[in-house]
Parts: sequence; C-alpha cells; structure tokens
Amino acid sequence: MATQTEKSLLTLSNAPHVRSDESISKIMWMVVAALLPASFYSVYIFGLKALMLLVTSVFAAIAAEAAYQLLMKKEVRVSDGSAVITGLLIAMNVPPGAPVWMVTIGSFFAIIFVKQLFGGLGFNVFNPALAARAFMIASWPVHMTTGWHKFNEGNVLIKDLSNFSGLPQHLFDTLTQATPLTALKEGPKSLAEFKVGADQFYNFIFSSDKIKSLFIGNVGGVIGETSAALLLIGAIYLLVKKVITWHIPATYIGTVGILAFIYYLITGVPSVQYAVLFHLVSGGLFLGAFFMATDMVTSPITYKGMMIFGAGCGILTFVIRIWGGYPEGVSYSILLMNAATPLIDRFIKPAVFGKPDKKK
Amino acid sequence: MEIKVLFTILISTIFINNYVLSQMLGLCPFLGVSKKTDSAIGMGLAVIFVMTLASFFTFIIYKYVLVPYEIVYLRTVSFILIIASLVQLVEMIIEKVSPALYQSLGIFLPLITTNCAVLGVAVLNINSGFVTADFGLIKSVIQGFGAGVGFTLALLLMSGIRERLELADIPKNLQGLPVTFLTAGLLALAFLGFSGMKI
Repeated sequence: MATQTEKSLLTLSNAPHVRSDESISKIMWMVVAALLPASFYSVYIFGLKALMLLVTSVFAAIAAEAAYQLLMKKEVRVSDGSAVITGLLIAMNVPPGAPVWMVTIGSFFAIIFVKQLFGGLGFNVFNPALAARAFMIASWPVHMTTGWHKFNEGNVLIKDLSNFSGLPQHLFDTLTQATPLTALKEGPKSLAEFKVGADQFYNFIFSSDKIKSLFIGNVGGVIGETSAALLLIGAIYLLVKKVITWHIPATYIGTVGILAFIYYLITGVPSVQYAVLFHLVSGGLFLGAFFMATDMVTSPITYKGMMIFGAGCGILTFVIRIWGGYPEGVSYSILLMNAATPLIDRFIKPAVFGKPDKKK
Repeated sequence: MEIKVLFTILISTIFINNYVLSQMLGLCPFLGVSKKTDSAIGMGLAVIFVMTLASFFTFIIYKYVLVPYEIVYLRTVSFILIIASLVQLVEMIIEKVSPALYQSLGIFLPLITTNCAVLGVAVLNINSGFVTADFGLIKSVIQGFGAGVGFTLALLLMSGIRERLELADIPKNLQGLPVTFLTAGLLALAFLGFSGMKI
C-alpha cells in the first residue's frame, strides 16, 4: 500500500493537476450574492434613498474601473465583479442620509487611488471600500456622522423597544437617535445632564430587547451594518461555499467578545452577558469581520497569520470603541491590520514542502 | 498614578500622536530607508537609541544649563549639537558591530542628525512643560523612547508594504517614490483611527 501511494506521488501527469471551476469572478459574484440579503433589508427599512446610494455607488465603482482600464489601455475586466463588491461595500458603509455625490467620489477614490494605482486587483494593500470610508470620514465628517435614519416615532428603535427603564424622555430620544454605539459613547455625557444613574443607563443599553432589535436590524447605523442576522446568513453561505475560512471572523469576533467580557466585568456592569452581546451584534462588526477583513488580497495567506490578523483587528476595534475618538473602530482596525499584513506574511511562513520536520 | 501617566505618554507617542503618521515629522528617512525590512529595523533601532538619549541629554542641558544662565534662545543650536554627537556615536557603533547594516543604511545614518523627528522630540519635551513637572526627566525620556518606537512601527509597516509593492503592476510613472507617498497617505488615513483617543 505504501509503495503504491509513493508511486502515485511520483508519477507526473500533464498540468493542471487539480482542476476546479473556481475563478476570480465566480468568487466575487458569490460575495455579492452574500451581501444581497442585508442590502435588500436596508432598502426595506431605510427606503429608496438607500437603494439610490447602493446603485449609484456600484455604478460609480464600475465606471471608474472601466474608465481607468480603458485609459491605461489595459484589458477591461469589470465583469469580474470586484468593482461591484467595492461599490456595494462603500454604500453599505455610509449613513442612509448621506449625499449621493459623496459615495460617488468615495467609489472613485477606492477604485482609482486605493486599487488601480497600486496595480489593480490582487495588488492593493488596503481594502478599497474601507480606505474610502476612512477618506470620507476625514473629508466630510458631518455627512458621515449624521443623516441617520429617523423612524416614524422619532426613535430609531420602533415599537418593540419601549422606554421601560423610565428614563427621561429627552434622554431616551438622545440615546436612541443615532447608532447604538454612539449612544454607548455619548451616553455617559448625557447622564450627568439628566442626573440619571449609570446603572439605569446600562440597564437600558444592555437590555435583551435592545440586543434583539440589534440582531434583527431594527436600529440606526450605516446602510449595511444594521442587521446582524442577515449578514450572518450571507456569511454562512460564504463559509459553506468555502469562499472564506473561519479563521479571521472567529478570532476577530472572539477577541472582541473576550475583551468586552473582561472590561465589563471589571467596570461592574449589571448584565455582563448582554454587554458582550451588545458589542458583538452592534456596529459593523459582522459586516467587517465576515466581508471586509476576509478580503483575500489584503489579509494574510497562512491560517496562523489570519488568526493573528483577526485578533489584532479585535483588539484595535475594542480599544477604539472604548477609548477612541470614534464610536466605531471596525473600519480603522481592519485598515491598520491591512497595513501590517505584509509583515505578518513575512514573519509567519508556511512550512516548506519536503523540508524535514525539525522535531524529529 | 505616575506609572499610569508614563504609560499614557508611551501609548500616545507610539499610536495617537505617531511622529511620522500623524505629526508628519521625519518623513525623509521614513521614505528613504523603508525599501527593505531589514534596514528598516536597523534604522528604527538606531532612531530609538538616538531619540531616547537625545531626550535625556537635551532635557538636562536645557534645565541645568540653558535655563539658569538665561540662554534659552540657544535651544535649537545646542540641541542639534547634542543630537549630532549622539548620531556620530551611533554611527561608530553600527560600523563596528554590523558593517552590513552600516552599508545598507548608507547616507541616512548621518542624516538622523537632521531628522526633524529627533529635534522634534527634544523640542516637544520642553514644550510639553516637562521641565517644571515632577519626574520631568523620566517623562521626557519615555516620550523620546515612545517616539522612536512609533517611528520604527511606521517604518516597519511601510517597508513591509513596499517590499510587497515591488512585484505589483504599478503604472510606470508612479513606480518608486510616488506610490510610496500614496501609501504613506493611506497609512496616515488608517492611523486617524487613533485620533481623539483618551486613555
């Protein structure tokens, strides 16, 4: 038996040896498909302006890519779908009230400056969509931090979350106006204003109702991040299809969870388990961990490297969320780890095939 | 309490107020020596060494010579003198210890003298009010060390990216320095995530 396997290993056939129908465009279109449920849902809750942003952004990205490749006399390869993903993710990363021109410029920036000038698909150092988000926050901070969707009752959380904690109406409105993470960040400031105890505030922020609506997506936020459940469905599809592996999302989300648990245990919040869940399902963590951190071009090659990458993203995200100047740190943490990816790949090398094991 | 302040200074100089990526100091060696990771590490260590020692000596000279004799206006001149002699020292050490590193650093080693980040640290130590503060010396040395570590971090990230970009299909007239500037810009954009951080 042993000699047989040896023989089959040594026999050469004509290349390619392993055939697969996997291709860049197939993978890219699968990612687009995985993003669609969350996109459709955002159109459902935020209305037509979300649809307009999504469509404009995708078309701007496609146009920028095609125009660049035409002008540089390269092969036009917009049909591989990578520009569509970038455009889709950019729109999913802006508030629903963002102006259309902004996502257009953002898409141009992502495609031209972050991707094509570095050599196009496969060579970009940073995730184009996230770099565009950072660029838009730096350039138009007002448009990127206001323009949250106003639900009918003036609160982001409709019906299923009532003011059960007995908070003053003004405080309730302030806390529920913007995104959940903004409320967490700005909340303590409002506490002093309305003379509300910290316990009451945390009871409200970390309640099971709040977690429920966060999971379903009944909250404010950027277009694509609201519904953790639908993002999870897309992510499971990608995991099953083996487009992404579990390493980055699991270490990323796990690190955030562990850090949140330790932090809130030390600060002594009444319901630690809800606080941890709050950090996991709020903001763009699922969107970032499953769809942006796993970008094959800008993340490490080896599994070990991926786990370092994920843990680094998790630590940075949590640090920025708690101590940083921004309510949400997902985009910056992934960008920073993108920058560290070449170094991770340099120092974590896969075992060379055929090299004897040192331990023996 | 004092330990916490020192920790804050360290984190702040490494990440939040990174000398290269958020204060835009020391760009010349940042762009010049970031081609190879190995030389980037060597340069980074040299800069950490120079910055830490420079913070120490400039602080002492400022507090015990310049201020008592009321010749504070000589600050820049005297600081540059101190930094230059320190760099000379580092240069001699590296030449003896690692000739290969000495070769690969080339002109940029003596240029640490004019590295504005080093002078920047020395001046900022004074401007931060450390001269009159308690434990001012330790604080300024920590700030110098942190600035060096931050510089090394930026240099390392950049060199990793640049080594990867060597294989990339970059448009002809962007190859080399131009695309490095673009990368530096995007890197600075990523470091914006640390801005406004309160520890």
